Amino acid sequence: MTAVSRSASPKAARGRRSFSLMIGAGLLGVIVVLAILAPWITPHDPLAHNLDSILAPPSSDYLLGTDHLGRDVWTRLLYAARLDLLIGVGAVITPFVTGTLLGAVAGYYGGRIDLAVSAATDMLFAFPYYVLIIALVFSLGPGIPSIFIAMAIVAWVSYARIVRGEVLSARGQQYVMAAKTLGYSDLRIIVRHILPNVITQPVTYAMSDIVVIIVGVVTLSYLGLGVPPPTPDWGSMIASGQSYLTTQWQLSTIPGIAVVIVGLSFSLIGDGLTHRLRPE
Amino acid sequence: MALRYFLRRLLRMIPVILGMTIIVFFMIHLVPGDPARTLLGPRAPAEAIEAFNLRWGFDRPLHEQFLSFLGGLFQGDLGTSMSYNVPTTELVSGRFTPTLLLLGISALFAMIISLPLAVVAALREERTPDHVVRVIPMVGLGLPAFWVGILLLTFVALRVDWLPVGGYGATWPDRLIAMILPGLTVAIGIAPFTIRSLRSSLIEVMEADYIATARAKGLGGVRVLWAHGLRNAVIPTVTVLGVNLGWLVGNTLIVEKVFALPGLGALMIDAVLERDFAVVQGMALIFGLLVVLVNLLADVVRASLDPRVQLS
Repeated sequence: MTAVSRSASPKAARGRRSFSLMIGAGLLGVIVVLAILAPWITPHDPLAHNLDSILAPPSSDYLLGTDHLGRDVWTRLLYAARLDLLIGVGAVITPFVTGTLLGAVAGYYGGRIDLAVSAATDMLFAFPYYVLIIALVFSLGPGIPSIFIAMAIVAWVSYARIVRGEVLSARGQQYVMAAKTLGYSDLRIIVRHILPNVITQPVTYAMSDIVVIIVGVVTLSYLGLGVPPPTPDWGSMIASGQSYLTTQWQLSTIPGIAVVIVGLSFSLIGDGLTHRLRPE
Repeated sequence: MALRYFLRRLLRMIPVILGMTIIVFFMIHLVPGDPARTLLGPRAPAEAIEAFNLRWGFDRPLHEQFLSFLGGLFQGDLGTSMSYNVPTTELVSGRFTPTLLLLGISALFAMIISLPLAVVAALREERTPDHVVRVIPMVGLGLPAFWVGILLLTFVALRVDWLPVGGYGATWPDRLIAMILPGLTVAIGIAPFTIRSLRSSLIEVMEADYIATARAKGLGGVRVLWAHGLRNAVIPTVTVLGVNLGWLVGNTLIVEKVFALPGLGALMIDAVLERDFAVVQGMALIFGLLVVLVNLLADVVRASLDPRVQLS
């Protein structure tokens, strides 16, 4: 990431970044459209059992075959995209807002507030990510609301760290001094002057955070702690396919590919945004 | 000097560990109301709830419960399993070896995967090989570890005779062989971070003055890269491994479950599935302590290896 400025052809690097932004946005756009249109473009009911065609191979009627209850895999894949994308993007909002605000306040005021925020981030950071998420969702009871709460408790830490560091270095800049001299309130300086200048970092981080959250949701559902069956979700689809690895390996493979494609598209967008948003 | 650094580092750990203990203890009280309701389910009869609360001490005031939890910890008591009615420490013994073995092998594999990729990318910066290598972490971040494990089971273990589809051998050679696929799975999970950091630190190191000096002395490209470049670029990568240790350890949790390894992670997952809150609590604390201690070790080793680290 730091290499671009010193490269002989910054223009070429910048062109490549726009390219990755375009590819990522295009890929995500296709997935989102497919997910939204799911009820109209899928031939079957995602929950309907069809015991006459259990574990059917891909065919013209069942594009990707059927699972152990005769449900259409293609249909379930698209309905799962609706839910998993919604959770991934939705669960990033609270940690983004609280983390950014807490980090900004900690960096701007320093002192005791900073000490408290830093201590909290240190403690939460010390836990292995999945240990904390699994233990929290377990304590709250399995399900989608618990995932939102667990992510809100855990994921703000990274944003607070990033923004705190940025605000700390922005605090000494001339534009902040100028705003202070003009007698503006702290709130106005933080929200109107500092945050617009430091927001790039948390925004690009949020792109990879969405990927981490979606992978987390899928993992929790795989363990039976996330989206409850029979609601279609990529994690539970992988889990239920695991019993048929020797004969119907595609059941566990296909939903994972969907996760990877979604992850790649968000990562590409993040990569492109990094340089699009930063003034040279 | 080194001793003072070590002591100060040790002192800084105390509030973190105390904070972790508080988080782990109060986790079950996040849901307003009775922990017994959460654990036994909404339809449990009142007598069962009362008996449960009495047995596990949930009827006492919260601060009293916390103090006895803390007191137990100081005596090496992590609580008692609700499913098996034995001390958690008893369940844990013997489970460290598979987990630590898995962690070590994963770290080794992660370096073996990242090193050649990072070297190729750094030497061909902003050209095709570099672009290809930079896409790898983007794909890697979205890979669910358990899914990678299932893929390796399906397409490798089921087709290669000498690789087991899961479990942990009785002899050491068997155990090492049993670790190959799980180790690879965890390594693929951490590789996005190590590739990125090794690439950027190699690019930075190769521009340093001492590399120019080595070149001016007439040393060949490979020699410069190996003896001067990589040696210095590996130090920050070890730090990256340390910083992302939580991620690495978290992934072993699920991978142990997929490959049926009898480690700490599988114990925690099983406890979650059995709704054995006491063991989940104890395991979360053990994992947290493990990460804090390994980080301390990594810091101390790095400080004594790298002369540029300021010990003040």
